[in-house]
This record gives sequence, C-alpha cells and structure tokens, in this order.
Amino acid sequence: MVGAWLVGTVAETRKETSTGRSILLDVPDWPGNIAGQHVDVRLTAPDGYQATRSYSVASAGDGSRVQLAVDRLPTGEVSPYLVDDLMTGDLLEVRGPLGGWFVWKPEQTAPVQLIAGGSGVVPLVAMLRSHGASGSTAPMQLLYSVRAPHDRFFADELETLGNVTYAYTRAVPAGWPSPPGRLTKDALAAATLPASESPAVFVCGPTGFVEAVATWLVELGHEPGAVKTERFGG
Amino acid sequence: MTEHLDGNVLAGPLSELFRDDMTTAIGRCAHCGDVSVLATALVYDAAPGWCVRCHACGDVLMTLVWAGDRLRIDLRGVTALEVGD
Repeated sequence: MVGAWLVGTVAETRKETSTGRSILLDVPDWPGNIAGQHVDVRLTAPDGYQATRSYSVASAGDGSRVQLAVDRLPTGEVSPYLVDDLMTGDLLEVRGPLGGWFVWKPEQTAPVQLIAGGSGVVPLVAMLRSHGASGSTAPMQLLYSVRAPHDRFFADELETLGNVTYAYTRAVPAGWPSPPGRLTKDALAAATLPASESPAVFVCGPTGFVEAVATWLVELGHEPGAVKTERFGG
Repeated sequence: MTEHLDGNVLAGPLSELFRDDMTTAIGRCAHCGDVSVLATALVYDAAPGWCVRCHACGDVLMTLVWAGDRLRIDLRGVTALEVGD
C-alpha cells in the first residue's frame, strides 16, 4: 500500500554543496521506484508535533537502498535537520515511492530534454541514472541552471552520465565563455532539443523557474502536454 | 511559503484516501470545465492542509485539511475524477 509509512536507516550521508547533501537510506520494505518519483519524509518531535515534506529520490530501480538529496532552506522545518543533524544509523520515516506522473521509464523511446533549476536536478539525476543503467538508446540531455559551480549536486557523476549543459546564474568557472546570469528564452532555445524533435521535456526547480521555462518552451513550439513540470518550495 | 507548488506534492496525502496514484488521475474543474491530470493543479500551502486550484482558471478544485490524525478532503470544485491506465 502506497500510504504506509516505512522506517529507513541512514546508511551514509555525503556533502554535495555548501547547503546540501545526499542521504542514502536502507529501507527494508522499499518496493523499488521509477525515476522521478518522490517520498514524503516525516519528522516527529518529542512532544508529538509532526512535520512532513516531499523530497525527490535520486536513485531508481530495484533494491532497498534509496538515495535522497536535500538542499537546506533557511526557514525550513525539515530540511535543516536533514542537512545538518541527521547521522549515519539514525532512523527516518518515509512514505513512498510516490507520484506516477513526473516519471521517465526505460521503455519510453522519444528523445528526452531534462531541465533543472538548483536542487530540482535530483529527480532528473534519477532519470539519467535509469537511462544509463537500462542501456536506453533514446537521446537524453540535461540543462542544469545553478548558482555556481560549487552548488552543483552530483557534480562528478554528472560528468560521466552524459550530455549536460550548465547555465550559471551567479558565478562561472574560470574561462567560461559567458558571464553569469539568469537563464533567458534564447539561451534555453540554444541549449535544449528543438520542438521539431518532439522531445519529452521534464522541468524541475523552484516555482518561478519552472513557470518561466514552461512558458518559454510552449512559446518555442513544444506541445504543452509534452512538458512535465514539478515545483518545489519552502 | 507563499509560492504555490503543484499536484505532484499531493501523492502522499491523497494516498491516505485513494488506492490509486491520484497525481495521474484526471479531474474536471467545476468552474471552467478544464480537464487535466491532478499533477498540473496549483497547490497552495494552507497549513494544516492545502488549497488546490485549477491551473487554467485558478478556481478552487479541492481543499485538504488535517484535523489531528484525520484528513478531510473537500472536493467542491471537481465534478469528475478518472483513474486507470
């Protein structure tokens, strides 16, 4: 049953950025998941107060190991605990895998354009991993909008996972051909598969980023139904 | 949090009530008649719950409210819900 809460044990945590880290959980009853799905994480205070938030799963496929990646929101109720306090061996309540819409399955053969804003890259990393593990021959590429090079989640792995283009908004690496700045419609068009190739497009990031990108994609000729979006907030 | 999220975030809460994944369910807006998957709806945090609005017209589709351990879902703005492959 989807709605059941499961108890996972933290197997490993890894610092990904100055404000984010990945968390590897052992969840004995985990049924496996499709790339792009999420979990709800529930924290319970000693006085019984509970807070629940959704986090994307970075892993995909079978097995009982589930990887999350979380960015700390300064005013958040749950993310500061997950990023700063949670330790190996701790128990964590999760419910999932959740969501069957913002997902990519290896049997999908259309070209795929992934577009991430900040930590919105997490479910898209799951799609790149699933794509690689399945030997899929569908073209898949990622446009990753991120503040600065040191803010990239899974930076080393993305180098090996394939076709990734970066759009830096605050700081660029030495020798980068263009200054940092917010993603524009022209830059989006230049860095993504054109509508003429009828790609499946997945956009994940903060609400403002997702709405701007989704609007531009439709203006660039993409079918609204081919553009799937997932927003995250505080 | 003032910015809205989207229907994807309702997958967990709605699993309390429905067996199927409701983010892929198709709903019809009582106000404008738009027919869309629930994942595309606009979801506003209204602790202890959520207000879910039509992505086309902005009218309220449903509200979810936690009353202690009980979840109450008001479906006043949805005139049809369809699930299945």
